[in-house]
Amino acid sequence: MSAVVAEHDDHEHHDHGPEKGLLRWFVTTNHKDIGTLYLVFALAMFFVGGAMAMVIRAELFEPGMQFVQPQFFNSMTTMHALVMVFGAVMPAFVGLANWMIPMMIGAPDMALPRMNNMSFWVLVAGVLLLASTLFMEGGAPAGGWTLYPPLVLQTGDALPFAIFSVHLLGISSIMGAINIIATIFNMRAPGMTLMKMPLFVWTWLITAFLLIAVMPVFAGAVTMLLTDKFFGTTFFDAAGGGDPVLYQHIFWFFGHPEVYIMILPTFGVASTIIPVFARKPLFGYNSMVYATASIAFLSFIVWAHHMFTVGMPMAGELYFMYATMLIAIPTGVKVFNWTATMWKGAMTFETPMLFSISFVILFTIGGFTGLMMAIAPSDFQYHDTYFIVAHFHYTLVPASIFILMAAGYYWLPKWTGNMYNEKIGQLHFWLSVVSVNILFFPQHFLGLAGMPRRIPDYAVQFADWNMISSIGGFIFGVSQLLFLYIVVDTIRGGTGEKVTDEVWEDAHKHGLEWTLPSPPPYHTFTTPPTVIPTEHL
Amino acid sequence: MTEDTDKKNYRLVLKLLFVAVAMFGFGYALVPLYDVLCDITGINGKIDAVAVKETTYPVDLTREITVEFVTALNKSAPMVFRVEKNEMKVHPGEYHTVQFYAENKTNHDMVAQAIPSLSPGLTADYFKKTECFCFIEQRFKPYEAKVMPVRFVIDPALPSDYKRITLAYTFFDKTEKK
Repeated sequence: MSAVVAEHDDHEHHDHGPEKGLLRWFVTTNHKDIGTLYLVFALAMFFVGGAMAMVIRAELFEPGMQFVQPQFFNSMTTMHALVMVFGAVMPAFVGLANWMIPMMIGAPDMALPRMNNMSFWVLVAGVLLLASTLFMEGGAPAGGWTLYPPLVLQTGDALPFAIFSVHLLGISSIMGAINIIATIFNMRAPGMTLMKMPLFVWTWLITAFLLIAVMPVFAGAVTMLLTDKFFGTTFFDAAGGGDPVLYQHIFWFFGHPEVYIMILPTFGVASTIIPVFARKPLFGYNSMVYATASIAFLSFIVWAHHMFTVGMPMAGELYFMYATMLIAIPTGVKVFNWTATMWKGAMTFETPMLFSISFVILFTIGGFTGLMMAIAPSDFQYHDTYFIVAHFHYTLVPASIFILMAAGYYWLPKWTGNMYNEKIGQLHFWLSVVSVNILFFPQHFLGLAGMPRRIPDYAVQFADWNMISSIGGFIFGVSQLLFLYIVVDTIRGGTGEKVTDEVWEDAHKHGLEWTLPSPPPYHTFTTPPTVIPTEHL
Repeated sequence: MTEDTDKKNYRLVLKLLFVAVAMFGFGYALVPLYDVLCDITGINGKIDAVAVKETTYPVDLTREITVEFVTALNKSAPMVFRVEKNEMKVHPGEYHTVQFYAENKTNHDMVAQAIPSLSPGLTADYFKKTECFCFIEQRFKPYEAKVMPVRFVIDPALPSDYKRITLAYTFFDKTEKK
């Protein structure tokens, strides 16, 4: 009897669909479901973090104190950063990885489906814990997202909660990263060699290694903060022989690879989208892989360029200056390759391509300002001013966020089987690309003129550019609601036009996901694909 | 998924977990590494917290170096802390003594530790102290005031680029941690 039951189970295993009802989303181990959960959660956090940015820009609209208390303002800058980094950008890329990596390498699912579910729900717990600090005695952390001691140790009741939240977010990221590495190493379809993988898979593989290497270091740093505050250790307390500058070293040993954790998958998506709309193979596939690996390696040996002003000896300043400038070489290779891919291509300008092209241009601006700050003697002028704010927002908003938008437009038709509204998509793009520059470009001028970051009030000489920046901020903020509308609209049927399997012209030559039906069935590639597309090579 | 893949996944996950745990340890290993590195290179203005033996140097009367003294209290510790003069001019090789004054402004016993810092940091190797109140914890009775000397010499080997050295002390109230 038992043998019969076993056989029956085995048979059912291959065609069962999702669980019925709401419970599906809590217990699911399906990579597509979990990818959707990550993406929806990231989009929600994008709006939460965005709302915090609106508070910041509203307060900075005019000099003087208008709307919020300075303490709350500082909480907003800190929480905006933490929510956007750990709640929006990183989970969004993990969501894309969950959806796309198995489909791109011809695997039936992620290697460790149960851990996949767990890493998502640990993330939710971590972000909720972080959000709960907003309602605590003494307010949410307000010492900046870098959590520098001794300032951060003055946080009220929120400090241990913020630290445990960082632990949870770290555990979630590490589980996600282990899962991605295991999937890529062990689950590829026969014939899908490493050097045939789409670049999105490659960049994520390297990112996953970065995550495993640096998230534990950050966890260690915040644990030291915790024991310094509550258990009498003196890692960062000079009274007991510690040193606050040590924290900065440990933090940035994590922090610099962390910024590449947010940008490498961005490069991967751009390298996936641009060839499809240029109707050409990607220029220099091998060099793209090696450039990504070089950037990842260099990210470990340049951390102190974040702290040129702490009083390093000349030799240290020089080393970190030149090592940092070295990063421009592999990054330049990438920008060159994207441009060369578009060169003489039969380009069309659908929304995903528009976002990708603007990414190439605007990310380059962000990269150049990074080089300016890599020059140690100039950095003393730029350090902790709005110039650095402008720099990293150029590398995160019109780069990472724009590419996430591009990915949304590019794959939504595949995920849902419905076409998004191209007109509204293009409107969203043009509003975003114009307003993002009104928002962040003037911040370069403010920084060069000496306006410090993380302040709720400023000298009147900074008033004009701040007002312009805030206006750009409000337009950018409101424009993003168009994206929300498009996502909801597309899920509910979109334009009504039924999309083909490949959605974009000849996309099936660029990736396995376009050989599947739109939307793909709940389980895909239960038998591995036989033909591996090689147009991207 | 085949059993073979399961086994491969299991082994890979173990390895990756090991890397994650090792990197957590590496974060802590950075603490002693940092101290060792600062010690070897003499950066960061950290001065040894032990007295050096009084040795006689040839006095270099052709050079004059300004030594500045700075006093500070951490987290507004309930103390008074000042120095008899804010700066003095010295010749390398000459011994000088400066009096620092500290007072407990509370009605209970206090344990405090002064932490020195020199800038420019690279002068730390040439700034020798034969006597300093910062070498040990200072215990104060209620409202007790102390006059505490610092005796120092600047090694004539100090590179001639340096004309001005700042010696800063910060008093930390450690009573609660005792």
